[in-house]
Amino acid sequence: MYRVGIDVGGTNTDAVVLKDKTVLAGVKASTTEDVTSGVIEALEKVIEASGIDRARIGAVMIGTTHFTNAVIERRHMDEVAAIRLGLPSGAGLPPMVDWPDDLREIVGNHGYQVKGGYEFDGRELSALDEDEIVRIAGEIRGKGLKAAAVTCVFSGINDHMELRTKEILQAQCPGLPVVMSKDIGRHGLLARESAAIMNASLLSLADRTVAAFGKALEAAGITCPFYITQNDGTLMAADVVRAFPVLTFASGPTNSMRGAAFLTGIKDAVVVDVGGTTSDVGSLSHGFPRQASTTVDIGGVRTNFRMPDVFSIGLGGGSLVVEKESGVVVGPKSVGYRVRQDALCFGGTTLTATDIAVASGKADVGDKALVAGLDKGLVSAAAAKIDAMLEACVERSRISSTPVPVIAVGGGSILMPDRIGDLTVIRPENFAVANAVGAAIAQISGETDRVFSLIDGRTRESALAEAEAEARDKAIAAGALAETLEVIEREDTPLAYLPGNATRIHVKVVGEMGGHDA
Amino acid sequence: MPDTRKLKYDESALRTLTAEDLDALEIGAGILGTGGGGNPYMGKLLALEALKAGYKMQILATDAIESDALCMSIGGIGAPVVGVERLREGREGLRCLRAMEDLIRTPIDAIVCEEIGGANSMNPLVTGALGGLPVLDCDGMGRAFPEMQMTTFSIYGHSSTPSVMCDLHGNAVIFSHAVSEVGHERMARACVVAQGGAAMLATAPMQAHYVHQYGIPKSYTKAIALGEAVIKARRQQEDPIAAVCDLEGGRRIFTGKITDLKRHLRGGFAVGDLELAGFDDCSGQTAGVAIQNEFLIFKRNGKVEVTVPDLIVLLDVDTGYPITTEMLRYGQRVAVVAIPAPELLRSSRALEVVGPSAFGYPDIPFSPLPTASRKAA
Repeated sequence: MYRVGIDVGGTNTDAVVLKDKTVLAGVKASTTEDVTSGVIEALEKVIEASGIDRARIGAVMIGTTHFTNAVIERRHMDEVAAIRLGLPSGAGLPPMVDWPDDLREIVGNHGYQVKGGYEFDGRELSALDEDEIVRIAGEIRGKGLKAAAVTCVFSGINDHMELRTKEILQAQCPGLPVVMSKDIGRHGLLARESAAIMNASLLSLADRTVAAFGKALEAAGITCPFYITQNDGTLMAADVVRAFPVLTFASGPTNSMRGAAFLTGIKDAVVVDVGGTTSDVGSLSHGFPRQASTTVDIGGVRTNFRMPDVFSIGLGGGSLVVEKESGVVVGPKSVGYRVRQDALCFGGTTLTATDIAVASGKADVGDKALVAGLDKGLVSAAAAKIDAMLEACVERSRISSTPVPVIAVGGGSILMPDRIGDLTVIRPENFAVANAVGAAIAQISGETDRVFSLIDGRTRESALAEAEAEARDKAIAAGALAETLEVIEREDTPLAYLPGNATRIHVKVVGEMGGHDA
Repeated sequence: MPDTRKLKYDESALRTLTAEDLDALEIGAGILGTGGGGNPYMGKLLALEALKAGYKMQILATDAIESDALCMSIGGIGAPVVGVERLREGREGLRCLRAMEDLIRTPIDAIVCEEIGGANSMNPLVTGALGGLPVLDCDGMGRAFPEMQMTTFSIYGHSSTPSVMCDLHGNAVIFSHAVSEVGHERMARACVVAQGGAAMLATAPMQAHYVHQYGIPKSYTKAIALGEAVIKARRQQEDPIAAVCDLEGGRRIFTGKITDLKRHLRGGFAVGDLELAGFDDCSGQTAGVAIQNEFLIFKRNGKVEVTVPDLIVLLDVDTGYPITTEMLRYGQRVAVVAIPAPELLRSSRALEVVGPSAFGYPDIPFSPLPTASRKAA
């Protein structure tokens, strides 16, 4: 059986075919407006290049920036009801309070605050005002809203009120999709609520997009199930994406870093993904990207999704090289994807970082003769500058002084020297399609993040065990093989200023996807 | 109660804060929070909502108000991690103000900030705005501390009872008398658990001359200037950490990555130990920071270098944004900045309450950082 990985980016749609641990072929196609035809083109190209029998494709994994881009570009978002259960808490901070005005308008600004919610120890904050939910349901029908997002204070401790609200809404508005915050976010009400609202507003786009992917596969005669990657480098079944499109946010950098780990077999490394205009640098730890600790902005909204801690600099294959009085400057201006027309070595008229790599003998692309006349002093100064820029950002991403390899991926990684400081640079085969490879090898995860009360004989240890069991159950329900599960994140944070009876525990487990070999 | 208040200050001396000031204050208060004090973000959102609703947020120098004016200090009490999930109702502080005025049967003239570091920087502004009162440009800590008796107001003899504590439901609790400031803290702490882990507390009013004498001066203008310096440095692609040091007479004492973080709970506080491995100038060195809600003790290669009450601040190496203890993660790259504490925190009287021994380090003496280079804010 084969696995196919597809990365649907803003410019390119890449595809790879894997058999066990081997990449049989990797191709690039252009991303198209309708998504479908770009995917079909990439699929056909990669099937042809690998020469496989398409009937023997066991699974297709797709990574996409489609939903992130929808929020960033304010497109394809529906008007939805944003219902918060928690009054009187939060009365002064209505739903979407910290959103940019234009985005709040796009989703209709239908915020509702209702009595309900829990305290940190599970007590009721207020009894749920069910009559108010019924009234809101009437407004949803009246306004013709497409979906609802329900967020209850401390739903991580008790999800009953979110469930009950969904039940009432769906009884009143048959067929209304209702997103519950407990399924999406973690501790921290505003960020979780915002994620739930964005999710609700993307549901119909998710429906259409998943259908477009399905159509592309069908057109290519592929009948196996397909999956979509989420921000932590793990997979969701296509039907899960229909329900939770926001979980795909920022899956791009994750896939390229995971792909780099797979292509090299290295689990701890610094990964440099060099594109046309920028380079993204991050750290791999145990085969997974190290996560950012600060809140992550999506289209101007604070979320608490786990995102890779990636650092970007303005250096890529198309970066302009300019001589100034102060010395040679490389980037951040770039010819971007036009490098194959504009760079000197491709017959263009612009001196780019790629030309420096070719002139200094580091890379062999285009026509070497076209850059032979470049001033030797300029070439060596620019090459030194590029090395210094790469070294500085690699240094920043190193987790410890233990030497780890540097893995270079992405189309522009010909710029990378063979060594960076004391670190060896590895350039795997298929480096240009590492993100599609990352999608192809994604795993299944399960996660728990909530506050546990350490009462009635529950200790910190038993609470951790309870959290892990929950996370494992979630992973297995999502399709993971139980025997492959391992814990990749486990942390507990005691709640300050409260007696020693409450702690916030976060556990994440990952495992291989069931149903075929990986 | 009929409003018999008459203004005890010249309105022309008021500085009205803008939304941009609040953005800067969020960063500055985070820096002065020395890792604790809670995230000012939620408080800022409440303040911005008040601005949008037409309320005015005004600060006033402590010498610009008549000396017998009645000033009430206010702050949030509780667990920050509760505050980000169970948001405040928004008028808890206003209810404290009204309950206090009812209790003492006298109108309050101005609001005072208990703690400029962290979330408590924003609470007095919201209370002042909703209550139509100015907030004095000072505070009781000049940074963040975990407990109420650690304000300069308490240290130099003000009794903080009677006090009023209001939660988001509308419950109001009055502590009519506590025999000691620590006793008051303990009772309030027990009460806040029953109130769901977070509440607002207003302490017994002080006369303006006392606030002028014992408050840490210019806290708001200083914190706003700090935030502005970070924002400006980032915009001009200069080093934000140097900008912070310049303004506060601080020194960048270490640059490193977090290599270990141990957390545990002791007596209801988040206690921990942080280990750092140096890079850049500090390559080859190690450092340790002891945490008790705030960063308390800094050691280099095992040797104590900076202690509470001097400020130990951790900033993100790239952005200059402050890192709170709850945000600490393995592998983070941080700059450690040491800032000398205000003089009022360095007296022997103050050190008994906020020196290393008060936090369980009887063997570590306080050796003050030099203050020579501090610039006027």
